[in-house]
Amino acid sequence: MDKKTLTFVLMDAPYENSRTTTAFRLIDSALRKGHDVKVFAYEGAVALSFARQAQHPNAVHGRDAAQEDHPNPKEWIVALQQAAAQSGSKLEWMNCGLCVDERGVGEVVAGVTRGSPVDLWKWSEASDNTLVIATR
Amino acid sequence: MARKYLQIIETAYRATIEEQDDTCVWIAHAMRGGGADIAVLLRGNAVNYGCKGQDASGLAFGEKRQSHPPDLAGDVAGLIGKGVAVYVVEDDCAERGLERSDLVDGLKPVKRAGLAALLAGYDQVWHW
Amino acid sequence: MANYLLIESRDPWESSDTSSWLELAASLAREGNTVSFFLVQNGVLPARRSAKSAGLTALAKAGVEVLADEFSLRERGIDAGRLADGIKVAAIDVVVDQLAAGRKVIWH
Repeated sequence: MDKKTLTFVLMDAPYENSRTTTAFRLIDSALRKGHDVKVFAYEGAVALSFARQAQHPNAVHGRDAAQEDHPNPKEWIVALQQAAAQSGSKLEWMNCGLCVDERGVGEVVAGVTRGSPVDLWKWSEASDNTLVIATR
Repeated sequence: MARKYLQIIETAYRATIEEQDDTCVWIAHAMRGGGADIAVLLRGNAVNYGCKGQDASGLAFGEKRQSHPPDLAGDVAGLIGKGVAVYVVEDDCAERGLERSDLVDGLKPVKRAGLAALLAGYDQVWHW
Repeated sequence: MANYLLIESRDPWESSDTSSWLELAASLAREGNTVSFFLVQNGVLPARRSAKSAGLTALAKAGVEVLADEFSLRERGIDAGRLADGIKVAAIDVVVDQLAAGRKVIWH
C-alpha cells in the first residue's frame, strides 16, 4: 500500500449535520488503509474535540445514560487516535484557534492542537491531497 | 512548486453578522497573506458578495452594538487588490438580477459552461 | 486531462443547485477528463428510481462513473434493486482511494 498523507477540513459543529458522520467515516477509512491523516477543524467543527461533552439519558427510549451510550464526537476522535497508533498511521487534529476562542471550547481532548489558516495551507502543501467538507 | 488553489465560495450570509466577516472569504485572505497562491470563484448566492451597496450596519441587542458590520464587497475588493483573481459566475448573477454595474470592479466573469476549463488550471479545488 | 471526483451530498428536493453540479460533472467529462460522481447522505435519494433520477442516468450515459454510498443507501432503505439505471453501489473507501490517487475531489 502506497501510504499517503491526506488532509480533511471540517466545519460543522457536532450534532448539527450528517456531514460530521461522513467526515469521520472518511477519516476512519483513510486510517484503516494506513494513510496518515491531518484534520483541520474550522468554525463549528472546533467543538468536536471539546473535552466537556457529556452523555445523557434518553427518556423517550427509556434508557439511562449508560444504556443510551450517546456518542460524543470527542470519543470518536480519541478512538481514531488509538486506532492510528495501533496501525502505525498518524492522525493530527488541529483546531482553528480563533474559532476555538469565540466559541469558548478551548478545553480539548489530548493530542488536539490549535493553529491558523496558514497552518492549514502548510498542511495542504505537505499533504498528497486535501478535501474540504464545508458547512452550509 | 507550491500548489495553485481555487477557493469556490457558494454559501452566502452564513453567520456573517456574528463573525463580522464571511469566514470563507476571510480564510482566503488569511491564506493569501501567508503566501498561498489562490484564486476565488463566487458562485450561487455568493455572487451577491460582489454587489455594491450592501449595508449591515446598525444592529444592536439591548445596549450591545455591533462594532464592525461585515463589509463583504469590500473584502472581495480587498482580495482583488491583493492580486487574487476573483471569478464570478455570470449565469448566477443574471439569475439574481445582478448587472455588471451592480458589482465591484475587478471581478472576472465566467460562464457556467466555462467552469470545467477554469478548474483545469488549479491543483486543488476547495468548495466552501 | 485530469481526474475528478465530485461528491454530491445534497438532493434535488432540498437544493436546486444539484442540477449545476450534475452539469459540471458532465462538462468535465465532455472536456476529456475522467470523472466520478459520488452520492452520499441525502444525495443518494434521487438514486432510487424516480422522476428526479434522470439526470444521474444521463450522467452515467455520458461516461461519468456514478456511485452511491452503500451506507447512505442502507440508512434510507434504498435497495440496490431500486436504483436508477447507471448507478452503482460503492463503499466510502472509494473517496479515500481517489483522494490518495490524486484526483481533484470536490464536495458539494
